[in-house]
Amino acid sequence: MKKWIDRLARRVFTVSGFVTSAVILLIIGFLFSEAAGLFRQPIVEEGYVLALNKSNTVDRLSAEEIKLLFDEDITNWRDVGGADMPVRVFRLEDLDRLYTEEELGAEYEHAGDKIAEQVRADRGIIAFVPTVLVEGRTDIHLVPDHTIPVKDVLLGTEWYPTATPSPIFGMVPLLAGTLWVSFFAILIALPFGLAVSIYMAEVAPPGVSRVLKPVIELLGGIPSVVYGFFGLAVIVPLLQQTFRLPVGESGLAGSIVLALMALPTIITVSEDAMRNCPRTMREASLALGATRWQTIYKVVVPYSISGITSGVVLGIGRAIGETMAVLMVTGNAAVIPTSILDPLRTIPATIAAELGEAPAGGAHYQALFLLGVILFFITLIINSCVELVSARNKTKR
Amino acid sequence: MKKLALFLLLSLLAAPVRLAAQRIKGSDTVLPLSQALAEMFMQSRPQATVTVTGGGSGVGISALMDGTTDLAMASRRIKFGEKMKMKQSHHTPCEFVVAYDALAVIVHPSNPVKRLTREQLEGIFRGKITNWKQVGGEDAKIIVYSRETSSGTYEFFKESVLRNKNYMSGVLSMPATGAIIQSVSQTRGAIGYVGLAYLNPMVKALAVSYDGGRHYVAPSVKSAMSGRYPVVRPLYYYYDKANEARVRPFLRFIDTKVARAKTLDLGFIPR
Repeated sequence: MKKWIDRLARRVFTVSGFVTSAVILLIIGFLFSEAAGLFRQPIVEEGYVLALNKSNTVDRLSAEEIKLLFDEDITNWRDVGGADMPVRVFRLEDLDRLYTEEELGAEYEHAGDKIAEQVRADRGIIAFVPTVLVEGRTDIHLVPDHTIPVKDVLLGTEWYPTATPSPIFGMVPLLAGTLWVSFFAILIALPFGLAVSIYMAEVAPPGVSRVLKPVIELLGGIPSVVYGFFGLAVIVPLLQQTFRLPVGESGLAGSIVLALMALPTIITVSEDAMRNCPRTMREASLALGATRWQTIYKVVVPYSISGITSGVVLGIGRAIGETMAVLMVTGNAAVIPTSILDPLRTIPATIAAELGEAPAGGAHYQALFLLGVILFFITLIINSCVELVSARNKTKR
Repeated sequence: MKKLALFLLLSLLAAPVRLAAQRIKGSDTVLPLSQALAEMFMQSRPQATVTVTGGGSGVGISALMDGTTDLAMASRRIKFGEKMKMKQSHHTPCEFVVAYDALAVIVHPSNPVKRLTREQLEGIFRGKITNWKQVGGEDAKIIVYSRETSSGTYEFFKESVLRNKNYMSGVLSMPATGAIIQSVSQTRGAIGYVGLAYLNPMVKALAVSYDGGRHYVAPSVKSAMSGRYPVVRPLYYYYDKANEARVRPFLRFIDTKVARAKTLDLGFIPR
């Protein structure tokens, strides 16, 4: 009977182990397959095309150029490699303004002709129209579409995911924002976390640490939205007044909130690591005449360094992946931050804010998955660093 | 034979229920209004059931194409592509304006600027005007707040005020209207936009001119109803023409006095 239970238990453990790994691999596979689709998407919104006058020779436009053209920031074709003539932007909505409903037909059957008429009439026109209306026409020049280049996404510095006709998915500002805010969060959390954990493990009388520990663990149980609201209502105005900033939503506000959130993890893990330092080592150090402080930084901290590192990394992990709190306090401006007092936008906040309305399977949706992949790699790199550090420490000992 | 009889009986039983049941799906902006109207509708007609779900304008319209909803709520007009798609599958989308929603441009209460033209607003939200000095205010940087790109409000503001041009990349995007109010109320140089229903004394609403500065109109339910306030958008219901008989009672209900009063109560402008 016992043997059977034994065998059964072993089976259950094996199966659950394999199932979990398989599910994780499937999730990663799903992430990658969705993300890779982005580079197969055309730069102009699906189902639409850009039409030019026959005499216009421009044959390739980047997403950036299309945006500038339609924002009327580029007003001459010369700037995008064409002839010297002014640009006129034409959208489908303009059709309703120029023609009556009868002229266009109840089912828009004449819309194609009318568009062609407009395009023929103006040499500098650029029209953003549905492909079905102008397909197969020879009297206008359709700009051949190309897929979104990898370079524009990974090195692009502008994030306009819903711009029409051509969305721009430059991910550098988001990546920079994420790294920037996490870096400062750790810079704030690390000294405080270490100080508190040393105090609790080494200095505090047992009574104090018995009270302090559950309080700090409680901090870890507060939902992140609460931290976010606290940040928006308290930290943001506070920063604004102290630094006389024009705007309080900034990377620093995000860093402080994240530091607060990472503290409990850092403190509990590193405190446990320090408590595991053998009593004999401590006593040996004191017996040699070292002071308490010397014992802490020459013996206890080096002994428990791998535990402390994993605590710190778990803290970083929380900071990088945190969504809600950051979404509320960093201002979410997609610009590359030049100082920590600037507003910035992080990857998780972007995914959370935009995935809800991004049409499934579209370029925007896939771009958000690609951001997920980037986030996955960041955490992967950090985790491998921990493995390396702790492995090195083990061999040294 | 018995089976057939049972089937007939069941379908007879189900038929009146089916006629009265309606599904409404789509925009989150219209959602609170639809919910309130549906509740009132069901109270007045106990045999009717109306289920209302959100998900966004795009979700509602694609549900209409699949036939999984009877009415699609939308805070924007049906897109050309969506219309074509419906026509191809031999459905004719019909449009019904449920109510209007006005957007108010808001600033910090201490800001001396009281009014702006559309061109000035375009300049501010596109990053061409960066100091309040340039529009008659004090020497302070303009902090621009906007909604997230996924919101229908973001799209409408872009269409109406920015004439379809893009916002500058440095705008601060907030996840909700409440967050915009909170931020604008605590930032001296701030400017943002919210639905008329959300206006409160913590922020100051600006008068807006769409005719180059000849007439400025302050946002209010009255000015929006009379058509003088320009930043007003219609909120739509879409339904399939073949389905008209089924949705007609509910649409007719929206025109009743109680429904109009409720619409006004929720901060929307009745049709």
